[in-house]
Amino acid sequence: MNLHGIKQISAALHSKDISVQELHDIYTNRHAIHAEQLNCFINTTPELAKKQIKSSQALIDSNQANILTGIPIVHKDLFCTKDIKTTCASHMLENFVAPYDATIVENLNQAGMVTLAKANMDEFAMGSSNENSYFGAVKNPWDHNRVPGGSSGGSAALVAAGLSPIATGSDTGGSIRQPAALCGVTGIKPTYGRASRYGMVAFASSLDQAGVFARSAEDCTLILSQMCGFDPKDSTSAQVDNENFAINQNQSIKGLKVGVISEWMDLLPENIKLTTQQAINKLKDLGAELVEIELPTAHLAVSAYYVIASAECSSNLSRFDGIRYGQQCSNPKDLNDLYVRSRTEGFGEEVKRRIMVGTWALSAGFYDAYYRKAQKIRRLISEDFKNAFKNVDCIASPVSPEIAFEFNAKKDPVSMYQADVFTIPSSLAGLPCMSMPIGLVDNLPVGLQLIGKNLSESTILNVAHQYQQDTNFHNLVAEGYHE
Amino acid sequence: MNNQPSTKWETVIGLEIHTQLKTKSKLFAATNTAYGASPNSQVSFLEAAIPGTLPVFNEKVLRYAIRFGLAVGAKVIAKESTFDRKNYFYPDSPKGYQITQLNHPIVEHGILVIKDDKGNDKTIRINRAHIEEDAGKSVHDKYAEYSGIDLNRCGTPLIEIVSEPDMSSAKEAVAYMKEIHTIVTHLGICDGNLQEGSFRCDANVSIRPVGQTELGTRTELKNINSFRFVEKAINLEVKRQIKLIESGGNVIQETRLYDADKNETRSMRSKEEANDYRYFPDPDLLPVVIDQAYIDNEKQYIPEFPVEKIARYTQELALKSDDANIIANDKPLSDYFDSLILLLKKAKATTAANMLLGEFSALLKSKEASVQDNNITIEQFSGLLESLAENKISHKIAKVVLEKMWGTNYSATSVIEKEGLAQVSDSGELESIVKEIINNNQSQFTAYKKGDMKMFNFFVGQVMKQTKGRANPAQVKSILEKS
Repeated sequence: MNLHGIKQISAALHSKDISVQELHDIYTNRHAIHAEQLNCFINTTPELAKKQIKSSQALIDSNQANILTGIPIVHKDLFCTKDIKTTCASHMLENFVAPYDATIVENLNQAGMVTLAKANMDEFAMGSSNENSYFGAVKNPWDHNRVPGGSSGGSAALVAAGLSPIATGSDTGGSIRQPAALCGVTGIKPTYGRASRYGMVAFASSLDQAGVFARSAEDCTLILSQMCGFDPKDSTSAQVDNENFAINQNQSIKGLKVGVISEWMDLLPENIKLTTQQAINKLKDLGAELVEIELPTAHLAVSAYYVIASAECSSNLSRFDGIRYGQQCSNPKDLNDLYVRSRTEGFGEEVKRRIMVGTWALSAGFYDAYYRKAQKIRRLISEDFKNAFKNVDCIASPVSPEIAFEFNAKKDPVSMYQADVFTIPSSLAGLPCMSMPIGLVDNLPVGLQLIGKNLSESTILNVAHQYQQDTNFHNLVAEGYHE
Repeated sequence: MNNQPSTKWETVIGLEIHTQLKTKSKLFAATNTAYGASPNSQVSFLEAAIPGTLPVFNEKVLRYAIRFGLAVGAKVIAKESTFDRKNYFYPDSPKGYQITQLNHPIVEHGILVIKDDKGNDKTIRINRAHIEEDAGKSVHDKYAEYSGIDLNRCGTPLIEIVSEPDMSSAKEAVAYMKEIHTIVTHLGICDGNLQEGSFRCDANVSIRPVGQTELGTRTELKNINSFRFVEKAINLEVKRQIKLIESGGNVIQETRLYDADKNETRSMRSKEEANDYRYFPDPDLLPVVIDQAYIDNEKQYIPEFPVEKIARYTQELALKSDDANIIANDKPLSDYFDSLILLLKKAKATTAANMLLGEFSALLKSKEASVQDNNITIEQFSGLLESLAENKISHKIAKVVLEKMWGTNYSATSVIEKEGLAQVSDSGELESIVKEIINNNQSQFTAYKKGDMKMFNFFVGQVMKQTKGRANPAQVKSILEKS
């Protein structure tokens, strides 16, 4: 059975060549072999899956199914799933059972998708290597000694390993694109506000955005179209009509103006640069017109990001106080002791570091020097993109300055933060952006980032789709993970 | 006890009034706000700060706040107002922050006219009125080893009305507070219930030598929940500060709690111990953007306020200032009066006011009824006033008619007719009655003729007795004078 792509799987389900249960079993059998070793799941959801298999099969049998009905999915463990543990990979929420479904989970459930598991991640989505999970790091299927990237490392790794065709993720400063690149899968973060944040445990509210991992841009398109849409429960939700992102799919990219940033290319090691240049040249071969652009303020993005994201996180994570749910210390002396010890025990090092940084940045006397200045940089970066998009339809750039690195390679947090140097600028501007596999360097995947104008997901998804129609990098599978 | 401050010192007071808005649902969630429900029965996921929840602004609150701004002639009703987070840890604020408006409040620069201690008009400037959410309640005395938390109040909408330090005595502070109370209750945006905490006051109090322009160090008196306590607390605090300074000490900036039972203020926390609230714009909420038409539309909901009513009553209707005051400040009574005077033809508004405040009020009192549930319609009442104006009945009889109409559908005329209460104005009939009385009281008549005016009143009284009060007093007088 060829399980390549939602369209093929769905066709097999609809023609009754395979039942939803049989499809599910194929994946759970693979879980039995690979999941523990990769450590990509925090919890599996067999009881929910059982219910969803039954109801989705019923939809198929009564011809009420759509293309996503019966398709397996794994949710990053920061999306609330009703009556199921939602841990955010934190000791703080180790036993937290969400009392409701996140809007994006609800949207995907509505289509009849079958939930297999909750994916491992960096604690509260803070990290670029997945080493910050309370449940241990996820391994990169391409090399078990290396990180899958983060924070959505579990989602990227499990799709790369063929443990689910689809996984959701979230991206605040690169948390979908970077692991997608490092694991060799396609991942997209839509425009800020496209996917509802309701039910997604907040890290940095002004940046957090849900997205999706799949092998191909085509699959990402199908999922994204179902997942996104205006949600009255999220005040920052974009008030635009629901869109079928496949609208531009299969259009030639001939004449499309693709922006290239030489300054960024020059920051890459030679072998990654070469691969990236080849991918960009491929876009040219497909008819795109390459246009050199500049983002003069983008070099300040990482600093600004770590001020803004940390400031927001310091406030967003205040609710984890050990009182109503979550980790509570034993025998607190008084209220303050309860707060201090519950939070000290409940949070990991990186989360604590960012809470401290954010608290500092917002403190009286420092606000103007840090938070206000960072917001100013953020506005300038948005302007940079606006100016660039006067001349181009989308931008092609590197995703990560390096291929998957080894565990414990980055002990200095600042060097870890630099992993997001190419992904953070578009996050600050709230733009749609994605990563697609473009080949291997040292037998490890490299990705290309595509950044679109505000609300132009369909454009970048089509560029990726056209590229993938002509290449096979997105179908490369790590040794030992072939179906 | 002498509450008058020493003449060497001048008192400076500013008030912060927390006004709970009378909306059905909370500020950011569709949760019921009714007072008195069993603990934690009106708490949504948002108020319990369940991870992933997001606030959605209740537009009713915006409209109520605008109405307040219009009512106090605010120079600024912001076309773009924003929400900020005030970060602090306390169990009755589960999110770990309060959503409020720091930098761009909805209302700024209003004014309010009060009477100062000498009875002269004094303008108090209102610095701002901003929207914010109320906290829950901590219950410390119910359980031996624990504190209870009731989140029902959590998220209830408030507007905090902040005055300039324009009041110079406790009496003025009370006058201001009462005036604000009148406005918010007349607007119908707050139920004004001080006992239930719908209307709470913090007072900033400082003293300075008379003539000094620079402000002294202030203390903040927290949570004073009655008009009487505001006066008491401020006077106590002024005395304390004077005593402190005169004995060589310094006032320290601190928050003090007024203890009504012990009639004292005591320190809660000093400035040094105060929280750094790390305010920053709430990234979960967009700026609230409105246009002038939106603001103008709220004007229709602004009722006439007592000050304006008093002016109209005294200037247009020639009511005595005292009467105008009493009626204007009693919303139900003034509503009744305003509808009543619209029906009057010959009768005067002054007579209507006299009867309302005299006979009518007495009747309500004896029936233990209020104006709202009184049993006399404005049609019945105006009929009565017309009969009086047409001299069909005397003032004395009017009272009888009023009582007879209570709880019936009878018009004044029908009661007068049925009960034979019409005034005797037939001069022939009256003359014969007077003649008969003179005949029966010759000695008194002689005395009257000699100029004893007491005897004049005696004869009027006798005529009234004979006619059961129905004689027209003016006519009786002229007959007697001619006799």
